[in-house]
Amino acid sequence: MEKKIKLTIDNRPVRVAPGTTILDAAESVGIAIPTLCHIDLKGTCVKNNPASCRICVVEVEGRRNLAPSCATVCTEGMVVYTNSARVIRARKTIAELMLSDHPNDCLTCPKCSDCELQRLVMRFNIREMPFTGGEQSARKKEITAAITRNMDKCILCRRCESVCNNVQSVGVLGAVRRGFDTTIAPTFDRMFKDTDCTYCGQCVAVCPTGALTERDNTDRLMEDLCDPNKIVIAQPAPAVRVALGEEFGMKPGSIVTGKLVTALRYLGFTKVFDTDFAADLTIMEEGAEILKRLKAFLAGDKSVKLPIMTSCCPAWVNFFEHNYPDLLDYPSSAKSPAQMFGAIAKTWWCERRNINPKKVVVVSIMPCLAKKYECEREEFCPDGQPDVDYSISTRELARLIKRANIRFTDLPDSDFDTPMGESSGAGAIFGATGGVMEAALRTVYEVHTGKELQKIEFTEVRGLEGIREATIDLNGFPLKVCVAHTLSNARILMDRLRKGELDYHVVEVMACPGGCIGGAGQPYHHGHVEILQARAAAIYREDEGKAIRLSHKNPDIIKLYEDFLGEPLGERSEQLLHTHYFNKQIQ
Amino acid sequence: MDEDDCMVSVAKFYLEFTVGESCGKCTPCRIGNKRMLEILTRITEGKGEMADLDQLQNLATVIKDSALCGLGQTSPNPVLSTLSNFRDEYVEHVRAHKCRAKKCKALLTYTIDPLRCKGCSACAKSCPAQAIMGETRKPHVINPYVCIRCGMCISRCHFGAISVI
Repeated sequence: MEKKIKLTIDNRPVRVAPGTTILDAAESVGIAIPTLCHIDLKGTCVKNNPASCRICVVEVEGRRNLAPSCATVCTEGMVVYTNSARVIRARKTIAELMLSDHPNDCLTCPKCSDCELQRLVMRFNIREMPFTGGEQSARKKEITAAITRNMDKCILCRRCESVCNNVQSVGVLGAVRRGFDTTIAPTFDRMFKDTDCTYCGQCVAVCPTGALTERDNTDRLMEDLCDPNKIVIAQPAPAVRVALGEEFGMKPGSIVTGKLVTALRYLGFTKVFDTDFAADLTIMEEGAEILKRLKAFLAGDKSVKLPIMTSCCPAWVNFFEHNYPDLLDYPSSAKSPAQMFGAIAKTWWCERRNINPKKVVVVSIMPCLAKKYECEREEFCPDGQPDVDYSISTRELARLIKRANIRFTDLPDSDFDTPMGESSGAGAIFGATGGVMEAALRTVYEVHTGKELQKIEFTEVRGLEGIREATIDLNGFPLKVCVAHTLSNARILMDRLRKGELDYHVVEVMACPGGCIGGAGQPYHHGHVEILQARAAAIYREDEGKAIRLSHKNPDIIKLYEDFLGEPLGERSEQLLHTHYFNKQIQ
Repeated sequence: MDEDDCMVSVAKFYLEFTVGESCGKCTPCRIGNKRMLEILTRITEGKGEMADLDQLQNLATVIKDSALCGLGQTSPNPVLSTLSNFRDEYVEHVRAHKCRAKKCKALLTYTIDPLRCKGCSACAKSCPAQAIMGETRKPHVINPYVCIRCGMCISRCHFGAISVI
């Protein structure tokens, strides 16, 4: 057994493994040292540990100055004080210094009550601002399709920089200028829209203050809901129903599908349909595409592009359009479930109901910020009419529910509307990394082999590991699959593909850590990986509870093909449910 | 360095250097040094308050204790040592608005001794701010609100009539 290190923290004896930081050691005995720049989603690659904010400093006996507990490793016999007068004074002063270069508009800040700086101010009992002085004025403000940037509120924790560079390998955000004039921005202080930004929004997901937030669409939605001439229909994504409850004080991992539907009805949506239905539709199309390419491959066609890659994640689509324009033939041409839903709603549903599609407003409720950008892509706006009018995040929906005086936790359950409300368990698991792959495998296996699956779950593609691979036996043919989450892992795969070293047949990529459950539109996780794990577990619980667990057995999907689309990859499907990709490399 | 140097200005000089050299990574150095420099500037301009001295002491101690690298950890030393060894000079700046080393321009007053002034107008002609007035052969006076304390008049006066207090 590994030798443990003994030390004392606040007069309490602690035993930890070698290499443990003081912060983690203190946490293990219930001492919560305040932190700000530090974030560590254990088990994923999301980590920021620059020891730069100095909020977590502690006193170590025998050491001249204070030690940053997040970056100081425990040593044998160490005596640590986390709450001495010296430490408390230093922490408070540092927080006061931050406030002296931060706007005092907490009351109207979108991050109010969810802001980590605000929480520290309350915790340190700061009741006045002792320091005044020059504030940095050269910082930029920008509202993009997905992200709102107000760097006046930036406290330079550099979490966004770590995530953008190390986790997503996009490398858009970094420090510009130095000293007091330092600001976090794209190189040369450009705007997001002029960079390779994929709008994954992970910078927003980790920002402790209101410097980076989502673009707010709630006012627009409120207006549309109040307009009697508009038919507003909702489609909530799979990952929303396992996270929304957190915003109302419910335990992470609470499944609130029924309450969500009721809340959306109370908000005034004419119809409440389900993106899970469209996820099943995606599997039909993407599954057919997988089988088509595989058949050609097995028939000896050398020109077939394998591996086929999933294309549900809009940040991932942006990523390969910007970075791998030579490999645009590899990803599946299937649209994302949200866009498929929009296309079907504004054609099939409107035709059958005799509704003018121009009156219909399709609103997607997504765990994602890149979806906001996706709605504005030109190819998804035929004749200037977007298939999905706009997207709101899980957080925005929670805000709307509170604004509409709905007590969410007391709501009764209700069911989605038909005909686009029925979904299978396969559609439900889209929200977790590996979910699209598992859903596709369930359908591909049954369609290809003609046999029924004995064990529906493909647990080998589940988990939080960055890149996971598995081999599935398809009637003797070993189907090699791979699942990656976060764009840095996607880059590893794409670089191997470019070199011709990738021998998988199907690859799933999701941009956010953990998949959509860790999306940038979800309630803030504040660095607690347990929340992501609870959401993932809830997603799989939701799947287990479904009567139908295979996309091709969803009766609404079968009806849609019989009534309207014909067959997967048929003429109408190609026109409505498939897209193409563009070279967006910045010269 | 001798009695002709103002200790507040010396501390300010070093702070200007460290603020310019700060990389901007850690909070105490990035914002703390800037705030210390702002306080010192206030004091040298005669706008300081006694509370500023406590604030300086606190800031300097915390920055020294918590900054990330050697630059930040040593940048408050000039402030701490001048505060402990020459506190009276700080207090003089704040309370009496006086700089005994005559280095803090904002605290200086240029005056003409009427008994020594011959009214030659050499000072008035050399004054870039046109702050000196008076008839020829009669004692001149300096308007302290216009004077920019450049010292040009002193160097031109042949009679030693102009002094700084």
